Amino acid sequence: MNLTNLRIWGLATLLVWSCSTYAAKTLIYCSEGSPEGFDPALYTSGTTFDASSRAIYNRLVEFVHGSTEIEPGLAERWEVSDDGLEYTFHLRHGVKFQKTRFFTPSRDFNADDVLFSLQRQLDPNHPWHQYTPGTSWEYFQGMSMPELLKAVVKVDDYTVKLVLASPQAPMLANLAMDFASIMSKEYADQLAAQGRKEMLNQEPVGTGPFFFVNYQKDAVIRYRAHPNYWAGKQSLDNLIFAITTEASVRLQKLKAGECQILPYPNPADVALIRDDSSLKMPELQGLNVGYLAFNTQQPPFDKPEVRRALSMAINRQAILDAVFQGAGSLAKNPIPPTMWSYNEATPADEYNPEKAKQLLAEAGVSNLEMKVWAMPVQRPYNPNARRMAELIQADFAKIGVKVSIVSYEWGEYLARSKEVDRDGAILMGWTGDNGDPDNFLGVLLSCDGVGGANRAQWCNAEFDALIKKARTLPNQADRAELYKQAQLLFKEQAPWATIAHSVVFMPMSKRVKNFVIDPLGYHRFDGVDIE
Amino acid sequence: MATATSVKEAASSRAANERSALREFWFYFSQNKGAVVGLALFILLVVVALLAPLLAPHAPDFQYRENFLTPPVWQEGGSSSFLLGTDAVGRDILSRLIYGARYSLFIGCVVVSIALAGGVILGLVAGYCKGWVDALIMRIMDIILAFPSLLLALVLVAVLGPGLLNAMIAIALVFQPHFVRLTRAAVLAEANREYVVAARVAGSGHLRLMVHTILPNCLAPLIVQATLSFSAAILDAAALGFLGMGAQPPTPEWGTMLAEAREFILRAWWVVTLPGVAILITVLAINLFGDGLRDALDPKLKRS
Amino acid sequence: MIRFLLSRLAVLVPTFLGVTLVAFSFIRLLPGDPLELLAGERGISAERKLELQQQMGFDKPLWQQYFDYLGNLLHGDLGTSFASKKPVLDEFLALFPATVELSLCAILIAVLLGVPLGVIAASKRGSVVDQVIMGGALVGYSMPIFWWGLLLIILFSGTLGWTPVSGRISLMFWVEPVTGFMLIDTLLSDEEGAFLSALQHLILPSIVLATIPLAVIARQTRSAMLEVMGEDYVRTARAKGLSPMRVIGVHALRNALIPVVTTIGLQVGVLLAGAILTETIFSWPGIGKWLVDSITRRDYFVVQGALLLIAGIIMLVNLTVDLLYGLINPRIRS
Repeated sequence: MNLTNLRIWGLATLLVWSCSTYAAKTLIYCSEGSPEGFDPALYTSGTTFDASSRAIYNRLVEFVHGSTEIEPGLAERWEVSDDGLEYTFHLRHGVKFQKTRFFTPSRDFNADDVLFSLQRQLDPNHPWHQYTPGTSWEYFQGMSMPELLKAVVKVDDYTVKLVLASPQAPMLANLAMDFASIMSKEYADQLAAQGRKEMLNQEPVGTGPFFFVNYQKDAVIRYRAHPNYWAGKQSLDNLIFAITTEASVRLQKLKAGECQILPYPNPADVALIRDDSSLKMPELQGLNVGYLAFNTQQPPFDKPEVRRALSMAINRQAILDAVFQGAGSLAKNPIPPTMWSYNEATPADEYNPEKAKQLLAEAGVSNLEMKVWAMPVQRPYNPNARRMAELIQADFAKIGVKVSIVSYEWGEYLARSKEVDRDGAILMGWTGDNGDPDNFLGVLLSCDGVGGANRAQWCNAEFDALIKKARTLPNQADRAELYKQAQLLFKEQAPWATIAHSVVFMPMSKRVKNFVIDPLGYHRFDGVDIE
Repeated sequence: MATATSVKEAASSRAANERSALREFWFYFSQNKGAVVGLALFILLVVVALLAPLLAPHAPDFQYRENFLTPPVWQEGGSSSFLLGTDAVGRDILSRLIYGARYSLFIGCVVVSIALAGGVILGLVAGYCKGWVDALIMRIMDIILAFPSLLLALVLVAVLGPGLLNAMIAIALVFQPHFVRLTRAAVLAEANREYVVAARVAGSGHLRLMVHTILPNCLAPLIVQATLSFSAAILDAAALGFLGMGAQPPTPEWGTMLAEAREFILRAWWVVTLPGVAILITVLAINLFGDGLRDALDPKLKRS
Repeated sequence: MIRFLLSRLAVLVPTFLGVTLVAFSFIRLLPGDPLELLAGERGISAERKLELQQQMGFDKPLWQQYFDYLGNLLHGDLGTSFASKKPVLDEFLALFPATVELSLCAILIAVLLGVPLGVIAASKRGSVVDQVIMGGALVGYSMPIFWWGLLLIILFSGTLGWTPVSGRISLMFWVEPVTGFMLIDTLLSDEEGAFLSALQHLILPSIVLATIPLAVIARQTRSAMLEVMGEDYVRTARAKGLSPMRVIGVHALRNALIPVVTTIGLQVGVLLAGAILTETIFSWPGIGKWLVDSITRRDYFVVQGALLLIAGIIMLVNLTVDLLYGLINPRIRS
C-alpha cells in the first residue's frame, strides 16, 4: 500500500521534473543537522523546529515573518479579560489539514485539535501525555507553562479559552512558540486506533504550508506544498532539506549548485561568499547575547567595582575580529538591539586597561587569580568560546590578573555552572525563544534564576522588582519603560561583562527570492520562491 | 683464577657477539635506503623538538593581533617574519609546527611505553602461567579487539574527558592487545626450548625465567610492533584531536591545529594543509624506519 | 571441523558477554547528563530531573539496569533513542546499509588495485616500479585520512568540480529505499541516470576510505608473493621453463592469496573505524556518523546498542575468517 503510493509519488515527481513544459519549483536547503523527530513539543532545538513546526504546522498565533511581533494564525482574533487571566481565541474557519500518503483528513481544523495539542502537554492523565518512550514536554516545562496555565476550555467548536494562574504578558508570545503547534486530533485518533501512537513523531500531519513526504535519516527530508493551505498554496512545489553537518561542505554544495540556500556559514567564509557573484547573503542581527558572567556571590567578584574593572579590561573589538570574524556587534545591554525596549541610552563599554588596573587597585584587589570557563561547543552567540577565553586571558594578564581556562563536556558544563558556589567567571549566552524581553531579563537575571539559568548568581532586589512588575502589565509601552530602567541598573552593577550579539548570515543563490531571515533563528520557507 | 678468566672471556666474547650483531643489523638496515631516509628524518624531528625554543622564531602561543591569517611568505600578502603564515588569532604557524613536533614525539613515546610495558607484563604472565589466568587475560584482550580501535579510543576519551593525557591513555589501552598477543605467542614458543628448560632445571626463579631468559628472545617482533605503534599513535591522536577529543586548544598539537583550522579550509589553505603535511611526513618517516627495522630484524626476509 | 567451530564459539560467548558489559558501563561512566543537554542554557530543575530519571529507569541500581538490559537483549530489544524516540535497532538497520555500501566499495577498490600492484611490485622486485609502488603504499599507509578527505573535496569537488561534494545521490532523484543499498535501489527504480549519480557520489568517500586498506593489501600481497616465490615448487615451475606470467599468476598468486584473504578480513575493523571519520567529512548517513553524534548527545541506548552491534559484527567476521582459514589450512585446526 505504502510502497505503491510511494512509487506513484516517485513517478509523478519524475514526470514533473523531467518534463520541460511545466517545471516544478524545487528549493534545496542545506540544513545543518538532522531533526530529532517531527513532534516539535518534544524538543528544544532549532534544527528540529525548522524541519517540523515551521514547515508543517501552524499555531494559534504566529510571529510575523522576519519579526518578533505577533499576528493571527489559526486564531483569527482573541480577547484578553480585564484581569489578564482569561484569553479567548476565535478560530479560523475552513482550515484544511494536509492529505498525505498515511492520512486523509475528513474534517476541517476545529477546537478539538487545539485542546488535544495543549492538553496532552498540560494534563498528566491525558492518554497522549506519555505516548512514546521517554516523552517529555521540554519547552512546555521550560517556559513554566504547567504553573502558568490553569486550564484549556472548549467554548464551542470554533472558540477556545485559556485560563491562567496569574497575569502573564508574555503568554501570547509563548503560544506562537513551537511547542504550541496544532496537531490533528483526527490523525492522533487514527494512530491510537492502529496502536501506532509513536508515528505521530515520525509521520507528521499539520495545517502548515508544506506537507511531509519522507525522511531518510541523516540524509534528506522531502516536503511538498500543501495544496489547500489556508493562506494560499506556496509558489515552491517541492522543498528539500539536504542534511550537511560540515559548514565548509555546505558551502561547497551551494557553490556546486547541489543546494540553493544554507544556514550558519563559517564566519571565515563570509568574505569569500560576498565575492561570489552568483551568491547573495542577507544578514540580520541575531536575537542573542554572548557574555562573561561573574559569580557575584564569590569574593572579590561580589563587588560591582571589581566586575566593572574587569569588564573594562576586555578588548571587545579584538574578540569581534578574531572570534566572530566580523559577524557580530558589540553588546552593551543584556538584550539584543532588535528587541523592543532596547535601551540606546546605556553607556557603551570602555576599553581601558590602564584605568581598569587603577580601579582594581582602588578596590583593594591585587594578585588576583581567577578561572574563566569556556564552553566546549559552538553556539550562535559564541562561535568559539575557547578562542574567546584565550583572548580574555591575554587581556586580563595586562592588568595583572592571572586567568586559567577551564572547560567541561557540555552537559557537565551546563550542570556545574549552575552551582551557586561555582569558582570563576563563565562564558555563556542566550538565544531568545519568543522575542519578549522577559525571556532574557527574567530568565537570566532574576532572583528565581539563581542556581539555575542565572549563571551570575546575581540577585538584586531593585532589579528583580522591576522585572516582576513589568511581567504583569498589559501595555507594551509601560513594560518597555521598566525594562529600560532595568538595563541601566544592570550596566551599573555589571553582573556580566556583555560581549557580543552575533550576526546571522544566510548565503543563498541569487535565484532564491523573498527569503526573510527570522530574528528568532527559524528558517522559514513559506513565501519563498525560486527562479 | 681460572674461573675468573673464563668469566671475563665469556663476557668479552658476548660483548663481541653483541657488537657484531649490531654491525650485522646495521648492514642489513643500511641496505634499505628508505629506512635510512626515514631514520634521518626522524632524527631531524627529534632535534627540532629538542631545540624548539631555539629554532622557533616566535612563541607558539603568542597572538600577533595585527596579523590574523597572514599567508606564507611566498604568497601575496605574506610577511617575512611569518615564514609559513599565521593562524586565526595571529600565532606563527612555523613556530607552532616546530613545537608540535614535541607533542607528536611525546605522544608516540608515552603511548608506546605504556602499551609495551603493559603488554609485555600481561603477555609474559599469560604465556607463562597458562590456565585460567591466561584465559582471563586473553578474553579481555579479545573484548578490546572486538571494537574498532579508533571507536574504542573515542568512547574511552569521552569517558575520561577530552585532553591529551587521556587521549594517550586511551590509545595505549587500545594498542595493548597486539603487544600481549605477540609476547604471549613468543613465550609459548620459547617456553619449551632447551635453554629455558635448562635454566629451569638449574633452579631459576619464575621471575628470572620470564624476564632474563625468555623475554630477550622475543624482543625483535616487539621492537617492530613498537615502531609501528609509534606512528599509529600519532595518527590516532591526531584523529582524536580532529574529532575534538584529543589535545585541547591552544596546545600546538598538529591534529588539534587541524581541527581548529577546519573552518578556514576555503579561505586560508595554509592553516589546514601544513599541519596535515607535518603529520604525514612524521608518520611516513617512522614507518619507513620501522619497515627497515623489520627487514633487518626478521631473518626470514633477509635471504630472499 | 565441528569441534573447531565449537571451540571457537566457546571462546566467543564469554567475549560477547564482556562486550555487553563494556558497552553498558562505558556510556554510564560518561560525564555529562543527557537530561542537562536536553534542557540547554535554561537548565533543568532538580525535581524535574529526578522525575525524568525515574521515568527512564536511571534511578535503579546499576546492576539491576544491566540485567534488565541483558534481558531485553535476549528479546532483541536494544532500547529506544532519547532523541528520535525510535528503537535503536530500527535506526541501525536504516543506516547500516549506507556504511556497508561504502565499506564494500572501499574494499573492492583496495583489492582490485592492491593485489595487482603487490604482484607487480613483487615480480619487479627492487626495480623503480617496485620502489614507486611501495613508496606510494607507505604514503597511503601513513595518511591522516580526515585531512586527506578534506583535501580531496577541495580539489575534486571544489576546484575541479568533477565529483559531487557530499550525500549519497543527487536530490533531484527520488529512489525508494528497498535494500538500502543505493546502487542496487537505483537499478531497481525506473529513474534514468540515478545509478550514475549514486556512483559519482560514492567515488570520493570510497577512495578516502580505501586508502589505508589499499596500502596494507598491496604491501601484504608483495611480501606474500616474495615468500611464495622463494618456495621450491615455484622454483621448480620456473626451472621447468614455464612462462613468468604463468608462474606468477597460477602457482605463486594462488598460494600467496591465503594470507591476503586474512588481511582483508582483518581490515573490517579498520574500515569501520575509518568510516567514523569518512562519514563525518562527507555527510554520509551511516552508522559512524550516527554513533559520533550520539556520543555527543549522550544518547545512552544508542551508544550502547551501536557499540554492541559493531563489536558483534566484527566478531562474526573474524569468526568467518577463522573458519575459512581452517578450511583452507587444516593444520591450524588442532
